[in-house]
Amino acid sequence: MSLLEFARGPAIHASLIILVAGIFLRLLGVLVLTRGADLSRPRDAFGNFKGYRTVFSRAWPSSEFTTTTIYQTVMAYVFHISTLLVVVAIVPHIEFITSLTGLSWPGLPNFIGVALGTIALASLIALILRRLSNPAVYNSTLGDYVTWIIVALPLLTGLMAFAHVGLRYETMLALHILSAALLFAYMPFSKLMHAFWFIFSRAQSGLAYAHKGVRI
Amino acid sequence: MAYEATFGDVLRSQGVSRRAFLKFCSTTASLLALPAGTATAMAEALSETRRPSVIWLSFQECTGCTEALTRSHAPTIENLMFNFISLDYHHTLQAAAGEAAEHAREEAERENAGKYLVLVDGSVPMLEYCSTVAGISNKAMLEDACTNAAAVINIGTCSAYGGIPVAKPNPTQAVPVGHIIKDKPIVNVPGCPPMPLAITGVIAQYLTLGKLPELDHLGRPVAFFGENIHDRCYRRPFYDRGQFAETFDDEGARKGWCLYKLGCKAPVTYNACAHLKWNNGVSFPIQSGHGCLGCSEPGFWDMGGVYESVATGKFGDGTRLGAAALAGAALGAGAAVLARRKKAHVHEEDAG
Repeated sequence: MSLLEFARGPAIHASLIILVAGIFLRLLGVLVLTRGADLSRPRDAFGNFKGYRTVFSRAWPSSEFTTTTIYQTVMAYVFHISTLLVVVAIVPHIEFITSLTGLSWPGLPNFIGVALGTIALASLIALILRRLSNPAVYNSTLGDYVTWIIVALPLLTGLMAFAHVGLRYETMLALHILSAALLFAYMPFSKLMHAFWFIFSRAQSGLAYAHKGVRI
Repeated sequence: MAYEATFGDVLRSQGVSRRAFLKFCSTTASLLALPAGTATAMAEALSETRRPSVIWLSFQECTGCTEALTRSHAPTIENLMFNFISLDYHHTLQAAAGEAAEHAREEAERENAGKYLVLVDGSVPMLEYCSTVAGISNKAMLEDACTNAAAVINIGTCSAYGGIPVAKPNPTQAVPVGHIIKDKPIVNVPGCPPMPLAITGVIAQYLTLGKLPELDHLGRPVAFFGENIHDRCYRRPFYDRGQFAETFDDEGARKGWCLYKLGCKAPVTYNACAHLKWNNGVSFPIQSGHGCLGCSEPGFWDMGGVYESVATGKFGDGTRLGAAALAGAALGAGAAVLARRKKAHVHEEDAG
């Protein structure tokens, strides 16, 4: 069995199993653990609605923080959007998703995929540079850096594989798939679960504050 | 002693001009990345070469490799060279049959001990009764023929990597030649079939320079198998622009767009098809509208469906993923319920 066969067969399959099982494990493990209802009378009759509104309103920092957070906010947006587009809109990825789900949609031209991948990697580097230069703000742990590396690897290997640089194409492709497999397996058990948690944590904050009549 | 014709004599008798022969030599020399002066030296050495002893063994194969070399639409220097060298022993082409044929092989092995080349097409079954010639199993014949050989050249993917006979479930327990012969230099010229120029290029270099070409990590001559077909494909710009044929009869197919989505294996295949092309440079599979099968790569028949793209995951349906989702949900919910009970219990104790 070649490295490529291993990568796109057992390795990616096992990682997807871990990903799916892990996501459900984490989601239900926390969501079933609901806290008891707050029995006090809400100060805002529309508290629930305003609480859910927070999911969207917190997508951008309050104006007071614009100056101090604009760098990482913009970079984070650039990173998330370009990464999402690279994941779901370039043809080789669509082919992989189609092979798994049967769903298919038109892809972006590959040169745009390269541009988006490059932008994603550049913004990720911009974000780690801020983290490294502001240790007091981030109070980083080893896990933060491990996560950064695990996110950066698929972008790096994907760009290298596409451009046919570095090792032979089939080896780079195998390394790209293996790095994606590592990301899938790591995702549910790391801070990368924020892909799901952000909805619940924002809503929970919004609900709690709205119940007390705090404007957020 | 009777006069033994040189390769030059053979070419002249077939009406091949010196100009055409020199062209062949310079092409071969440049393909093999040999120094500029080598072409002339190769021409002189080749034309003076007397028939080298070559034993061609055909095992579990389809004769396609021999066909590729001999069925060119016009007599080429490639197939003339092939005719010139292949006379000692070749099941399909030799005039002799039965015991006389086997006798010719044994005689060639004895008379040219240490000097002859063994060319093999076809894989070798480890269930030895699956393929025999004159009552001799392929494995035994290979071992016997290689004992005093100078080198082994595997012609085609079957002898180089096992090819189609090795494809699952491999009912004959076939193996490539390299699994059996360990003590001789081996050159793999894979392909299903291999390119005629790659075969003759290797032989020409051996005849003129007395050495085998530089090989890659899969034992293939770098000169012919060092380039990725996708990199050399004339349809590559369509790949970069995102213009793909979705079916074999859509507009994209008619316009000659990239065949990646139709299962083309060019991105993971190394061969000279895209630049040397077939039938005297007329065309190659992608140019004729079909994706590359990856036939010069090990295990190409089990690399997934012919029409599945390179990016396809190879693990069947999503049943196990569904089961994983259910298992994860059950475990998560179970853990949360247990945690709640424990919490309630602690509360009761505190209250009590």
